[in-house]
Amino acid sequence: MSKIVKVDEAARKVQDATSSDHASCDRVGSLVARFDSPLELDCGKSLAPFDIAYQTYGTLNAAKSNAILVCHALTADQHVANDHPITGKPGWWTTLVGPGRPIDTNRFFVICSNVLGGCLGSTGPASIDAATGQPFGLNFPVITIGDMVDAQTRLIDRLGIDQLFSVIGGSMGGMQVLEWVARHGNRVFSAVPIATAAWHSAQNIAFHELGRQAVMADPNWRGGRYLEAGTSPRNGLAVARMAAHITYLSEDALQDKFGRSLQARTAKTFSFDADFQVESYLRHQGSTFVDRFDANSYLYITRALDYFDLKSEHGGILANAFKGTKTRFCVVSFTSDWLYPTRESRAIVQALNAVAANVSFVEIESSKGHDAFLLEEPELFATISGFINSAAERRGIALPAERH
Amino acid sequence: MLQNPRQIVAETPRVDHLLIAEMVRAGSRVLDVGCGDGALLHLLAERRQVDGRGIEVARDRVNACVAGGLSVIQGDADRDLSEYPDAAFDYAILSLTIQATRQPKAVLENLLRIARHAIVSFPNFGHWKVRQQLLLRGRMPVTPNLPDAWYESPNGHLCTIKDFVALCEVLDARIERKVAFNASGQQLGTWLPMTAHNFLGERAVFLLSPRRR
Repeated sequence: MSKIVKVDEAARKVQDATSSDHASCDRVGSLVARFDSPLELDCGKSLAPFDIAYQTYGTLNAAKSNAILVCHALTADQHVANDHPITGKPGWWTTLVGPGRPIDTNRFFVICSNVLGGCLGSTGPASIDAATGQPFGLNFPVITIGDMVDAQTRLIDRLGIDQLFSVIGGSMGGMQVLEWVARHGNRVFSAVPIATAAWHSAQNIAFHELGRQAVMADPNWRGGRYLEAGTSPRNGLAVARMAAHITYLSEDALQDKFGRSLQARTAKTFSFDADFQVESYLRHQGSTFVDRFDANSYLYITRALDYFDLKSEHGGILANAFKGTKTRFCVVSFTSDWLYPTRESRAIVQALNAVAANVSFVEIESSKGHDAFLLEEPELFATISGFINSAAERRGIALPAERH
Repeated sequence: MLQNPRQIVAETPRVDHLLIAEMVRAGSRVLDVGCGDGALLHLLAERRQVDGRGIEVARDRVNACVAGGLSVIQGDADRDLSEYPDAAFDYAILSLTIQATRQPKAVLENLLRIARHAIVSFPNFGHWKVRQQLLLRGRMPVTPNLPDAWYESPNGHLCTIKDFVALCEVLDARIERKVAFNASGQQLGTWLPMTAHNFLGERAVFLLSPRRR
């Protein structure tokens, strides 16, 4: 046991070395790693220096074989299993990640980083551009899912980890999982892409375009220069969030939760107030979102999603992305997810079968739509536990010590 | 919580599963098509340390298999076998499933394509009890081996041992081994003629290989 390396401490030293020049550290409440050598981006530009904010949970073993990278979705962040420093709410995947959870932090060393382009400590459009002393705004280069993954590899290098035991994520997190395997397959022992797709569909691009146009139509957006102007496109971003939020649910989920119930009133008001509970709910989702999310980050990250197409990146044959893979896969979809429906997971499975990869594929019955991956879904937990434990056995990762 | 199939695996494995475990080389790559609750895959992992995969059509069974640590996908023998590359596995197993596929010939062709060996077990429709019920009662047989009434049975393509041998000839498959079990689960003597196997065997297990040109 004495050989176990306390990586949290090592990581904090990384932070100490960088936090002096990083004012937002308190706000994000995270470790921040700074990288000085340029990151070559898919758009042809390079970015230097850049920061990646991250959280870790558990302890890296001496063999450094028990690290799990959790990749977050569009509007989530690195606070996967601790209370959020801004909202005070529990981490976004505490159902799955934590002591004794399916991703057991008593057994695994869990890393979650804010994506490149994000707004909670990693370099993004709200960060200061050293060249101008002003926030990047729209001068920030357009990034891709692949760029996010390449930035993460720098962090994993810095933590001294050659191979991740697992890379896990839902939605946009699942795309990062797929990109990790496609770009750095020998560094991924097992992969769990959940409620995701190998390319963004026309419908998904359409919804994102709606969101972006809502942001840009807000006069307070000011051509992306709202930070200097001391304004914020709150209304536009809130509308974008409201529209997106509908796509994360399902018709049944909305009907079950709200039906046509009125909000704190007994009769219609014959006005445009939020008469219906569902309206009130969406407005609440919109207004709380703008407190924690940067509007330009929203533009950039939705763009990265739209550009994602692992198939076209590999000559129009998705299987080429996984050629020769030794990674063990567990692909998961949900019956009522219409944003990333099961057929898109099946396309991933087909490509994996075409290279005879080791793959499990589970479709989980749920009425909760795309958001099911974040919710209390016992079958999801059983699936992930079973897959992770069996992969850990093959990787020779010790079980957590018995607690008395 | 879902039950762990590891614990469900019967203490006394099915006789045809035991025979399959005997046929499979240790450490080989195996695809079990129609793997059900994963009992055979667990048995093969335990006794033969195979690199095993499964395909199963019933979602709840798939989920239970994966929760139990098996590599299983939700899929369909008729539709999904064509996805695999040639000779991807050492063994492709179709255990009591071929009679429930829509196109048994195409399924068997795919098995012989994607694996170096195919192992196929099926209920023998030539068994004397089956013949007796049809001959004397004039009704579709319902036996312990074929328990469903015709209108509820998933078995759309039942065949006899002789029929299966004929299909192997059509597909130019080499029969490396064929074993029939009687109703009490005993292997019939290999010295018996095929007609006897076809009459007394309730189930049959074939080990096949493609004649590659």
